[in-house]
Amino acid sequence: MAYRTYLMVCAGTGCVANQSMKIKDKLESEIRKRGLQDEVSVVTTGCNGFCAVGPLMVVQPDGIFYQLLKETDIAFLVEEHFVKGRPVKELLYTPPKEKIPIPKMSDIPFFADQTLIVLRNRGLINPEIIDESIARGGYEAIAKVLTSMTPDDVIREIKASGLRGRGGGGFPTGIKWETCKKMPGDVHYVICNADEGDPGAFMDRSTIESDPHAVIEGMLIGAYAIGSTEGYVYIRNEYPIALERLQTAIKQAREYGLLGKKVFNKDFDFDIKVVRGAGAFVCGESTALMASIEGRPGEPRAKYVHTVERGLWDKPTCLNNVETWANVPQIMLRGAQWFASIGTGDVTADPWGGSKGTKVFSLAGKVNNTGLIEVPMGITLRKIIFDIGGGIRDGKKFKAVQTGGPSGGFIPESLLDLPVDYEELTKVGSMMGSGGMVVADEDNCMVDMAKYFLSFTQTESCGKCVPCREGTKRMLDILEKITVGEGTEEDLVLLEELSNMVVESSLCALGGSAPNPVLTTLKYFREEYEAHVRNKKCPGHSCRKLITYAIDPQICVDKGHGCHVCAKNCPDGAIIGESKQVHTVDVMKCGKCGICYDVCKFDAISVE
Amino acid sequence: MGKIAIEDLAKIQEAARYKIALRQGAGRVRLNVHMGTCGIAAGARGILTEVMKEIESRNLHDVIVTNSGCAGLCSQEPMMTVEVLGEPAPVKYVLLTSEKVKKIIELHVLKGQAVREYALALGSERTR
Repeated sequence: MAYRTYLMVCAGTGCVANQSMKIKDKLESEIRKRGLQDEVSVVTTGCNGFCAVGPLMVVQPDGIFYQLLKETDIAFLVEEHFVKGRPVKELLYTPPKEKIPIPKMSDIPFFADQTLIVLRNRGLINPEIIDESIARGGYEAIAKVLTSMTPDDVIREIKASGLRGRGGGGFPTGIKWETCKKMPGDVHYVICNADEGDPGAFMDRSTIESDPHAVIEGMLIGAYAIGSTEGYVYIRNEYPIALERLQTAIKQAREYGLLGKKVFNKDFDFDIKVVRGAGAFVCGESTALMASIEGRPGEPRAKYVHTVERGLWDKPTCLNNVETWANVPQIMLRGAQWFASIGTGDVTADPWGGSKGTKVFSLAGKVNNTGLIEVPMGITLRKIIFDIGGGIRDGKKFKAVQTGGPSGGFIPESLLDLPVDYEELTKVGSMMGSGGMVVADEDNCMVDMAKYFLSFTQTESCGKCVPCREGTKRMLDILEKITVGEGTEEDLVLLEELSNMVVESSLCALGGSAPNPVLTTLKYFREEYEAHVRNKKCPGHSCRKLITYAIDPQICVDKGHGCHVCAKNCPDGAIIGESKQVHTVDVMKCGKCGICYDVCKFDAISVE
Repeated sequence: MGKIAIEDLAKIQEAARYKIALRQGAGRVRLNVHMGTCGIAAGARGILTEVMKEIESRNLHDVIVTNSGCAGLCSQEPMMTVEVLGEPAPVKYVLLTSEKVKKIIELHVLKGQAVREYALALGSERTR
């Protein structure tokens, strides 16, 4: 008998880490216990996107969304919902500051404002079963391409769609394909860059985890257009679930004859090899990635000769990011016109004239709804952060959003109405990047944030170019000096000078963009640098050397009656005072950990 | 698994159509079997199974089956509410048997003719 209900349990990395597989097992055993195993089916899907409230599950066909599940909830849930037909209110999603839960997933603002192309199958299919992907239109595009389109038709369509590289650069995909195709030689390669390394970014991982066949199909179409028979996916070894699902998908596609000799029995051969990367950030750069596949150290080279001409093993190579490839099948099926109708600008005359389609972002940092989102190009940052993201956590004030990972820049509140578009983001000193989006609130120190991102790129610099290797190190030293209160006005000038030097004289984009966090914070949050340098204060209250904690004696006694909680929790024994008496902070002993500030229920403790 | 041809894609899609429609929450008709204690005692589980069998044997890809709690009219159980997209109001059927279920699916679900003699009333209680 057919199932009447499907329980779509999220099995993305985030939910799996929160024990969603145990929840799946428990659901199955409780369902069996009640004899419902022929009516209710449990399906593990890729990342649902709303990672903040995982482990989570969606009940279909009703679309009921359950969140923050625990194994102990399951017996009650199964009895109530699947036997008696009553959704369990306590496990539904309730927006912050509201009281009434929203039962249906489609009514939750986080989902309602998204547009899904790349992630269209998330939460709907089990990514480990190829038939489920086919059931949602998988491999229909390559079938269409092989039966009714020439390679030039495909390239024309991609060009007309306005698709641009989703890995960060935004290079028009159609032009890349066309150039690569024109290069002489009988061996051409296609590569999928799945070496996602930005801190806080997980778009590519989730795309592969929820729909690996979309990526494979995109590569098939690209290979057909370019005239390639061999492809590579370069994926981080730290992505075990994505890696496994990709390998499963490739295996199943081979068994179906969708990869290998004579795809669909047509005159077209293509197969994919998976290469695991060891996690060096620089290997996300195309030439370094290719060097790594060849077995050489992952170092970029100068690109006087582009990789489309001489790439992997000096053969013409077309490299695109996971998300770019995953867009391709839908463009082939639904047409360039449809794709170009989403987004900004006009690409009919100038391929750089607009940003088309959607973009996947991983929303992280101080927002309520952290997770994976896909939005149309041109949406404002405000809409992403405040509507989809549900605003800032704990009612704090927004300070900045960092787009584009460690190579991107910080964007202040005054620019929140900026449309998300390749050119617009670049204009303000940031970039689209691969889609990391980290939100900072009033408690974040911008100098410290810049230092964090720079320390990442500094460590990940491959060391080939002196400006990047040494320049970022010196910049980091200066930032360190500033955060401990030893910075001077001259340091700020030097910092800016060094930044520009590193940008201009590095070979690859790692060095070319590493100073972006510093440059944008200097531009938009200069007053914070000045507070550190001139007044030796940290406005975000996070640079330990520059802050002091103090207890208001009046509040401590009048409201708190000398509750002594701060003293009990202080790891340094820095709080003096007996129970029911006034307490004070011994500044010499205080380690500035802020625990007292957090535990005081009476707001008697202040930080300066 | 063996190699597939382009025509096989449509076959795989067809075989999974109902499954995918349910997962997308898309359907033309929604059949809601009331499964309160009263309903279960009066045989609602059998009715639910009967409904599923009918859907399966008639290959209906656009019919969603759900269950809900007691509808408040325990003496008339087993009950089922039929909602058809585009019809002004749902119809509640009472005192169901497997024969009645067959007829309701045959006439109401497939042909859009409500079976007046089994129906209690038009309309539904608010479910929030």
